[in-house]
Amino acid sequence: MTSFAPSSAISPALAAQHPKLAPLTNIDVERIRNDFPVLHQTVNGHPLVYLDSGATSQNPISVMEAEQEYYEQRNAAVHRGAHTLAVEATEGFEAARDKVAAFVGAETDEIVWTSNATEAINLLAYSFSNASLGLGGPSARRFSLGTGDEIVVTEMEHHANLIPWQQLALRTGATLRFIPVFDDGSLDLLAAAAIVGQQTKLLAFTHGSNVTGTINPVAELVALARKVGALVVLDACQTVPHLPVDVKALDVDFAVFSGHKMLGPTGIGALYGRAELLADMPPFLTGGSMITTVDMHAAEFLAPPQRFEAGTQRISQAIALAAAVDYLSETGMDRVAAWEAQLGQRLVAGVAEISGVRLLGQGLGVERLGLAAVDVAGVHAHDVGQFLDDAGIAVRVGHHCAQPLHRRLGVTASTRASTYLYNTTDEVDLFLATLAEVAPFFGVKP
Amino acid sequence: MSDLQQLYQTIILEHAKARHGAVDLTPLADAVALGDASGLRVAESHQINTTCGDEVTLRVSLDIETVTDLVWTGEGCSISQASASILTDTLRGLSTTEARALLDNFREMLRSRGKIEPDEEVLGDAAAFGGVSRYPARVKCAMLPWVAFEAALIEAESH
Repeated sequence: MTSFAPSSAISPALAAQHPKLAPLTNIDVERIRNDFPVLHQTVNGHPLVYLDSGATSQNPISVMEAEQEYYEQRNAAVHRGAHTLAVEATEGFEAARDKVAAFVGAETDEIVWTSNATEAINLLAYSFSNASLGLGGPSARRFSLGTGDEIVVTEMEHHANLIPWQQLALRTGATLRFIPVFDDGSLDLLAAAAIVGQQTKLLAFTHGSNVTGTINPVAELVALARKVGALVVLDACQTVPHLPVDVKALDVDFAVFSGHKMLGPTGIGALYGRAELLADMPPFLTGGSMITTVDMHAAEFLAPPQRFEAGTQRISQAIALAAAVDYLSETGMDRVAAWEAQLGQRLVAGVAEISGVRLLGQGLGVERLGLAAVDVAGVHAHDVGQFLDDAGIAVRVGHHCAQPLHRRLGVTASTRASTYLYNTTDEVDLFLATLAEVAPFFGVKP
Repeated sequence: MSDLQQLYQTIILEHAKARHGAVDLTPLADAVALGDASGLRVAESHQINTTCGDEVTLRVSLDIETVTDLVWTGEGCSISQASASILTDTLRGLSTTEARALLDNFREMLRSRGKIEPDEEVLGDAAAFGGVSRYPARVKCAMLPWVAFEAALIEAESH
């Protein structure tokens, strides 16, 4: 198997953040794996090779312990009740917000808890929808959409960053447009410059593609939006878990990410919003815990983030997510990113050596996330996944919630291997070797 | 045979390539009109497996109580495509009662998680899908064309 130096995609500045910590090696990764009990099992008679972290990641012991400790010692409703447990639960819940905010470079009050990134995007879409109906008063008018306004997304979006905007356009009369991608899955930036114009009120795009691994040029896209005064929504689901991300440095207005993709539990995600924007947004979900005064006809709402957190919150999940953030921070996001860049390059290099297997997206040497989606000529992705599963290798098959992108790339489905900090180069090599056996098994001649 | 070979029996892989009954479907309205002219009731059903996006459109022609023709178009994994191919071979020429009984038998076998041995006498080549029943995630693939048949049959009978 060809070996590769880490991608130069990670800047020296980032590498300098942890001057004391050397880059991750397979030896470090073996140690990391000891923290993840689920990885130590056999599947179909083979050691599990988990290459589906792009869908959901595994939890280290510290995350599971944090959740258990909360339930064993501090469980209570937050932001209400004056008893000791309620105070401790509230402190833990808010400390988790501090930690997650710091992890992405945000202020504490700029982080709104949601169930996941999908809910975070829906929160935005419904808040803007409410603003379009006149809710939130004059200050919310900046979020109002109507006929003649345009929402711009890209052709590579996950359905979560597409359908809420389609629906918002339907509700408000706005038009949804998209920035096309090239055959290699990268964004057509010239087209983007032509599409983003005076009518554009909102530009929503993914930081990193969950299919092609492409990392989008955030600065260039933000510049287009700034020129016309459009708001920018960044889907950071595939980057916050894998790269150092600073929402202020990226200068986006909103960003969303999911806890379960970053070593945390399911049921927790976050919306980042610039403080002055959140302050002007009308709420999406309403009810308890998000109000100041209520009479039988109307209610006054709390300031963000509580304005957007109606009902009893995901307390244990928030606390567990903070433990996940600790785990990632202690490991060093720059080291995680460099390791995964290496695995990503190893994947695409290996795929290029297998005849009859096509990589979706850009190939060797181009900065990418540590994942690769492939099409095996003559064998459907579902069959490829079955063959790999028989060897204990867990991958994602299908359209990965990105049907328009698959259609654009000329396939209906693909097979995706996605890595994380607990994957070794041996696992990548085993995936590649097994992938090479797929076509012969199904009687397809390359 | 390994579990994987049980799942992907040679007959399944062959049918996935041969695709018996797979055609470029003419517009449904034309087929229905043509059927009306010759005393056949024609209907079709389009089914999607939302897990993986596999698709099958299956068209049934009924002469009174007999399934006289079955054609389909679709895209998907070898299990779903082979299943459609074998379905057309197996059900063509049967009475609607016989076809439904066979469908019930097929479904029961697939849902058994490997506990029910496929009855080759009843199922013929469709017995090759016995290995699929041990893979719950793949049962939908094998069932897809059969669900389309079931829906199309009800539709045709209502004409």
